[in-house]
Amino acid sequence: MTAPADNGSAAPILQVRDLHVYYHTPLGPVKAVDGVSFSLKAGERFGVVGESGSGKSTIALSLLRMHKPPARIEGGQILLDGTDLVTLSGAEVRLLRLATVALIAQGAMNSLNPVIRVRDQMMDGLKDHGERLSRSELNVRVCELLERVGLNPEVAQLFPHELSGGMKQRVVIAIAISLRPKVIVADEPTSALDVVVQMQVMETLRKVQQELGSAVILVGHDMGLMAQFVDRLAVMYAGKLVEVSPVHDIFAAPLHPYTALLIASLPTLRAKSQLLGIPGLPPSLLNRGGGCSFFARCPKAMDVCRTEEPALRAIQPGHWVACHLF
Amino acid sequence: MTALLELRHVTKTFQRGVFNRRQTVAVENFSFVVNTEPASITAVVGESGSGKTTLARIMLGVAAPTQGEVLYNGKDLRTLTREERRTFRREVQIIFQDPFDVYNPFYKVDHVLDVPIGKFGLAHSQPEKRALAEQALKTVGLRPEETLGRYPHQLSGGQRQRIMVARALLLKPKLIIADEPVSMIDASSRATVLANLRQLNQEFGISIIYITHDLTTAYQISENIIVLYAGSVAEIGTVELVVNQPRHPYTQLLIGSIPLPDPTRHWKPDGQAAQATVSPPGHSGCKFAVRCPHVMPKCQTNAPPLYRTNAHQFTACYLHESASPVSEVEIASDFSSSTSAAGLQPS
Repeated sequence: MTAPADNGSAAPILQVRDLHVYYHTPLGPVKAVDGVSFSLKAGERFGVVGESGSGKSTIALSLLRMHKPPARIEGGQILLDGTDLVTLSGAEVRLLRLATVALIAQGAMNSLNPVIRVRDQMMDGLKDHGERLSRSELNVRVCELLERVGLNPEVAQLFPHELSGGMKQRVVIAIAISLRPKVIVADEPTSALDVVVQMQVMETLRKVQQELGSAVILVGHDMGLMAQFVDRLAVMYAGKLVEVSPVHDIFAAPLHPYTALLIASLPTLRAKSQLLGIPGLPPSLLNRGGGCSFFARCPKAMDVCRTEEPALRAIQPGHWVACHLF
Repeated sequence: MTALLELRHVTKTFQRGVFNRRQTVAVENFSFVVNTEPASITAVVGESGSGKTTLARIMLGVAAPTQGEVLYNGKDLRTLTREERRTFRREVQIIFQDPFDVYNPFYKVDHVLDVPIGKFGLAHSQPEKRALAEQALKTVGLRPEETLGRYPHQLSGGQRQRIMVARALLLKPKLIIADEPVSMIDASSRATVLANLRQLNQEFGISIIYITHDLTTAYQISENIIVLYAGSVAEIGTVELVVNQPRHPYTQLLIGSIPLPDPTRHWKPDGQAAQATVSPPGHSGCKFAVRCPHVMPKCQTNAPPLYRTNAHQFTACYLHESASPVSEVEIASDFSSSTSAAGLQPS
């Protein structure tokens, strides 16, 4: 299966090919990521949007091999700059984390250690990855990083509880970019923040990402945030990508009925409208039937959808969709 | 007519520190009237730390105000008799933010419906009990056979939140306080829960106070809106006016920060205002002054009163000094005589 990619000429920095990640439960494998392929090139911002339980966070974690048992990568490749992460040893992956691929975790403000000063937490990663610098040189690096994310260098001496949520989130961004990674994976980085702070944090992330030329994978459920931040967007449903497209096309003309409903269910400030949800629930990922996984909720379902699973195909250059309508 | 619930000059401060007493003002001099005829939906919008949840707790009577009073049918909450308190508990209901925390994972979801039925003696037999629960679930669009008898973990966040709406409905309340009811559930079920709230308001005449940080959902369901900043009212008015012509710089900032689901229209970050800074303790002026792009010297010394910037819109900002300042009585009467029923003003 080919990977949906931007049809630009640049070589991809990250290629995910037919990735399968299952959670092994007593009732059988839960197929959280079931044959996902995509690729992104250097400096690109790529979004993965989906409901809770769609497998989007599992993708984010498995890109760093940070998924925990009972989750296991059952198949596929994660090619990071040509190296397949799936086949590497634990020690080798550890060297790549932070240095080449960094994670901004969900609720990242809680990922700071409450009893260690910001400076020491930031130095930790630098030291661990063999940056041979003196204490004063490390200090300079820490201050540079903090300034880069728009924080006062004095923040280095504070403890996490002395910072606001947005400041903590920026410290986490500063740590994530400290070794100039090629790929930053951001899993709902602003889900706990207010709109005003959210905008600031996302703009900070965009700025440092552009300066470093890193690619960003933004995982989340907020279509509005995706529209404001990413270049290309993948819509995930029940462990599979159902639509992948440049963000302008997907909002101008969503092809998959699920994408269309997701966009229609967003409340806006423009006009008071009927509040439309998406009826029904995502299917269990435990025992999936043969057909399209959106079949039961789809307003445009046809007979073929019940029996045959649609493949993800390019309808227009760069616009991929998995639906029998096309 | 006496209002169902009235807050008069309510202030709530929290003390911290044993030796160095420091005060945090969560709500400052807040007055508010909830009439139930006609039933209305009022949104209270603000960022975290603006005092929204403290306000909800005060209105529910679970937190006592430091100053000021809360009146229920004209009577102070603290002086209610046992019987009156019971009626209050029934007529004013809450829907919490977190649809995961409110359930005991060891009980089936029926439990949250059975307890209020039992406590308020709504049913006299088991079948009657079941019928009541089923009816409430059907009203919010859930199928009883798919929800009753299940454990909380078997249901989605949206379903669990709708059961909470059904629970509130069961007691036939006059007022529901919904504290961020949709912030923790998926976008696809968010609209359904909001539609449920709107339905309770329109079909059952229940007034709703919708507390949120999300202006878009507030705009979609409410008639009036109160924008809180650091415990004080920044702007209040009918939702159309406040959202379409925001007068207060803070409301403008909030609206400018919403991520629009439209890649062609970019949000516009504003450096100074967006930096979350807290005004120093003892600051007597406008609380937004440290972040305000239009700050003037007088903003530092005196907090602005609310000015009538439009027929049904009031803004606490010196930029609108040319408009006439208004008292709380005027605003309250303005709101009960116009579209609906809420009024307030910090004097």
